[in-house]
Amino acid sequence: MNTAGKDHAQLSDVFNEDEARVNWHDETLWFVRAKRDKAAHNIPEWESLRENASQIKDNVLSNLHDYLISFEANAEKNGIKVHWASDAEEHNKIVHAILKEQGVNRIVKSKSMLTEECHLNEYLQHNNIEVIDTDLGERIVQLAEEPPSHIVLPCIHKKKEEIGELFHEHLGTPEGMSDPVFLTAAARVHLREKFITRKAAITGVNFAVAETGEFVVCTNEGNADMGAHLADVHIACMGIEKIIPERKHLAVFLRLLARSATGQPITTYSSHFKKPRPGQTMHIILVDNGRTTQLSRPDFRNSLKCIRCGACMNTCPVYRRSGGHSYHTAIAGPIGSILAPNLDMKKYADLPFASTLCGSCTNVCPVKINIHEQLYKWRQVIVKEGYADPKKAMAMKAMEFTLSKPGVYRSAGKTARWFLKNTPFAVNNKLNPWYKQRDMPEVPKQSFGEWYKQHKND
Amino acid sequence: MTVALFIPCYIDQFYPNAAIATLNLLKKLNVDVVYPINQTCCGQPMANSGFEHLTQSCNDLFVKNFSGFDYIVSPSGSCTLHIKDHLHSDEQEDLALGIRSKIYELTEFLTDILKVEHLTASFPHKVGMHQSCHGQRGLMLAQMSELVQEPYSKPMRLLNMVSGLEMITLNRPDECCGFGGTFCVAEEAVSAKMGKDRVADHVANGAEYITAADMSCLMHMEGILRRQNSNVKVIHIAEILDAQEY
Repeated sequence: MNTAGKDHAQLSDVFNEDEARVNWHDETLWFVRAKRDKAAHNIPEWESLRENASQIKDNVLSNLHDYLISFEANAEKNGIKVHWASDAEEHNKIVHAILKEQGVNRIVKSKSMLTEECHLNEYLQHNNIEVIDTDLGERIVQLAEEPPSHIVLPCIHKKKEEIGELFHEHLGTPEGMSDPVFLTAAARVHLREKFITRKAAITGVNFAVAETGEFVVCTNEGNADMGAHLADVHIACMGIEKIIPERKHLAVFLRLLARSATGQPITTYSSHFKKPRPGQTMHIILVDNGRTTQLSRPDFRNSLKCIRCGACMNTCPVYRRSGGHSYHTAIAGPIGSILAPNLDMKKYADLPFASTLCGSCTNVCPVKINIHEQLYKWRQVIVKEGYADPKKAMAMKAMEFTLSKPGVYRSAGKTARWFLKNTPFAVNNKLNPWYKQRDMPEVPKQSFGEWYKQHKND
Repeated sequence: MTVALFIPCYIDQFYPNAAIATLNLLKKLNVDVVYPINQTCCGQPMANSGFEHLTQSCNDLFVKNFSGFDYIVSPSGSCTLHIKDHLHSDEQEDLALGIRSKIYELTEFLTDILKVEHLTASFPHKVGMHQSCHGQRGLMLAQMSELVQEPYSKPMRLLNMVSGLEMITLNRPDECCGFGGTFCVAEEAVSAKMGKDRVADHVANGAEYITAADMSCLMHMEGILRRQNSNVKVIHIAEILDAQEY
């Protein structure tokens, strides 16, 4: 789907043209949400675990500077080279410089939402460096030349038949073959050759431990390990908020992460990287890219607690029915809608409005980010900063005028009911978005206020 | 005990029967009810659209209308939540805060304040309960499916006191209906799809009526049901708790 210049509502319109597909997308993600519920309900202390995680992250955000400095010192002691990047561009340049220095022009990369956020693939390709995404879902969207539509399930918007077609075209699997086991085996063969021949590997970071200078990467496919262990150069890219104070805190976060994400007790691999093996070089890039700005916004700072589990997407009734690409940003769904305006308020002014404020996101969040409250607060900021549609601003002023004066309100109500009853064609038409798929309410004989006047002494 | 009845604007204009039933029900339970005649709207439509700064005159009017009562009761979880969270007054903040602590959604008032244990209502139909998000996740009227907690439901407990009523169970007990205020027109495609899916769950499970503690969700689902020429009807929970159908 080409998202250029379209907002969330317009992109959702396109997504909803195929209702059967919307049903399929909704049910697929609801299945994941149900698995998450089951996993959570198997842990009696689930809610206190969430509270614990939230408080650890409070501590991290309040002491971020100190933890980062101690992480840097400990990582360097372990023989890891630590880099600091203030924004996406600097991050991309650092990666490029490391690869250039090593004379590498073909690399493998495991899942990293940070590199999506920084558009690293495009940057490196522009500089003639080939990047192979090794997470199966990411490899699929890469072959399709699309961005991931979900942070944990990058190709969740694709049906197995479509993946079969892609593999037929790119990997030479038989035409019409869509058996998941067969296709996965083909992907393994394809990726194995890349793992063996590439000299540099990029991974993301799920948690970085300040106490020890190590970092943890969680995958189900082991692709981060395959990449990192076979490469001479390992570059790990992380947002500065990924830090945790001590190793013991993993006991909280690793229990929450996979249960929230997919309903698994734990990811298949939770790999600790502490120091380069002999002959290998290991780099960590600590990236700000707007995070310190978000940290300075009291209403929004705790969005930085996010551990990228994707539970808010799976539960979001809007996300399930609009698809990840409708958010036109690297991180879709409710959490993306409170992160993106921090990066570019104008471009993402639509996202905090792509929600009914139902609050389900806040309830599933393993680190208790008040997502729906932040969506509400972003709406206020976006309007105040002047990014609201002027037509909407006028309508709101008219509404305020009517609703703040009881007399005006009563006569406006009466007039509206009269028109609705006597000239239904005035509202039952294409110009009224409500009417497209829904009938207008039936008009009662009188308002409650009018009824009350007649009956208050009954 | 004197209770002020807060009837949200769209209920006043389009669903007077829900308001009348609320008034009757409270009177039946021997509550002194006053309806401040100059009330309009809680201001939520503006605030949720990002225009909270335009709601001060609505806030001031609300404070003027609803100060000095023991409780304020409303047949809407959503509007109640908005007042509870956002009512504010530059000049009389103490009065605003007082209202915020004294406003109750109807089923929560019946459960927590009146401690109703039985009702004389009768409604011999199959009913599906729609948990409105603001009532449920905002006011915590019922257990939320996302949280690991003991099951409870204030509205369901009351519905179980109605004779003849048969509750149906839903595949998704607390998914949003997609109304969302201005969301319903600004995000028409997703909003209508959410509404259709919610309605389908009730229909598939045999509901004759869909009820809720929020009329706005019901208005949304009614719009879809009527477009589909469905026989299934929507009814505010107050109308069931006040019903005498045999």
